[in-house]
Amino acid sequence: MRLDPDIFGIMILSLRVSGTAVFLAALIAIPFGAFIALREFKGKNLLVNVVYTLMGLPPVVAGLLVYLLLSSSGPLAPLSLLFTPTAMIFAQFIMAVPIITGITISAVKAVPKNIVDTAISLGADKRQLIFTILSEARIGLVAAIITSFGAAISEVGAIMLVGGNIRFFTRVLTGSVVLYTRIGEYGMAIALGVILLILAFIINAALTYIQMRDQM
Amino acid sequence: MTSYLKIRRLSKRYNDTWALRDIDLDVEKGEVFGIIGPSGAGKTTLLRLIAALDKPSEGIIQFDGVELNGLSEKEILMMRRRMGFVFQNPTVFKRSVYENVAYGLKIRGEGGITLTKRVEEALHLVGLSELESRKATTLSGGEAQRLALIRTTIVEPELLLLDEPTANLDPANVALIEDAISEIVKTQGTTIVIATHNMFQAERLADRVGFLLDGELIEVSGTDQLFRDPRDERTRSFVRGEMVY
Repeated sequence: MRLDPDIFGIMILSLRVSGTAVFLAALIAIPFGAFIALREFKGKNLLVNVVYTLMGLPPVVAGLLVYLLLSSSGPLAPLSLLFTPTAMIFAQFIMAVPIITGITISAVKAVPKNIVDTAISLGADKRQLIFTILSEARIGLVAAIITSFGAAISEVGAIMLVGGNIRFFTRVLTGSVVLYTRIGEYGMAIALGVILLILAFIINAALTYIQMRDQM
Repeated sequence: MTSYLKIRRLSKRYNDTWALRDIDLDVEKGEVFGIIGPSGAGKTTLLRLIAALDKPSEGIIQFDGVELNGLSEKEILMMRRRMGFVFQNPTVFKRSVYENVAYGLKIRGEGGITLTKRVEEALHLVGLSELESRKATTLSGGEAQRLALIRTTIVEPELLLLDEPTANLDPANVALIEDAISEIVKTQGTTIVIATHNMFQAERLADRVGFLLDGELIEVSGTDQLFRDPRDERTRSFVRGEMVY
């Protein structure tokens, strides 16, 4: 198999969709997870349970939700985003937020109280304290990003539903594997599956390197 | 005249247990005050209350004429920045030794050559210059405690709270830390409250000493008097090593 422009485009779109979804999710979910872990408020346990439950959100359910929002009868219909890469990013974002939030909660909670006391006693204000805690929890935060990226790039239910698997426009690696399997081109399906694995491996290896370098 | 650190009827209760009861204490500016007492006497609790890391159940703490209770969050932060706290079990950030020492200065907005110079001087004071780029989590217990001491004192706190600063350390590290404390007192004139169960250390470093037992401050005296001729029978028993705890 040669790496023709069609497959190259599919690879790039896969990375762009999942990477953007995880990046945007991290921007919201890391502060949100830190807030939940560090603050005491009514209903905290319930919220934590909801987040942990949503970590297992089936991609197809996330896709269905986005589909209903963007479909012609949905509240976001005027945006005309259904069957676009933006819709796919939106669906994967919804999947990634609870994963990153949940792992952030655990990572921040695992920071020893002594670290918090030390930072406070050294004169850290609230914002500096939060940055210090997140810095101490960074190995866990990288794990959150690795996990959510792995879940996003390998899912097929949500992107098929809201992206439509349109050639040269919304077709990504997982959708292509499904398509080539259905039409009986198993060799191509397997090859694309291997490319997907290699891409996931490269991205995860880079993130794991950052994580391990920190532990040394 | 009001003392630099003034404590009145200070009590701390955890659930049904009183960790401290009715503590009255005055510490003067520039003084090194030792708190001795067995494990569980309330030494750490007292230091944490002074540092505003915990809130008292009753009573007041005044530092430099300002009562800590009832201050706004910002005012508490300003007061904390005038104090330093070295914990019994030193905790280091997952950063380099240099970054650990620079932490307090950086969060106060210092940077550039001044910061580098001050960090290097501080590292030199406790013999950690060679280790400045090493990951702080790889330090030995003694090295970590020395790091914790300079990380706190580099910002030149007016009131330094030391909680068992040499517990579990070998004699060489104890000597290094005690020398560093003496140097800080000499050069910065810092007021120090040091909690220790090591009576020899209290004797070496403190101007006055208080004996804390079961959350009560039994006796406060000049160091010589407390160790040679204590007024209270319980203090006498403790300093003679007869108290079983």
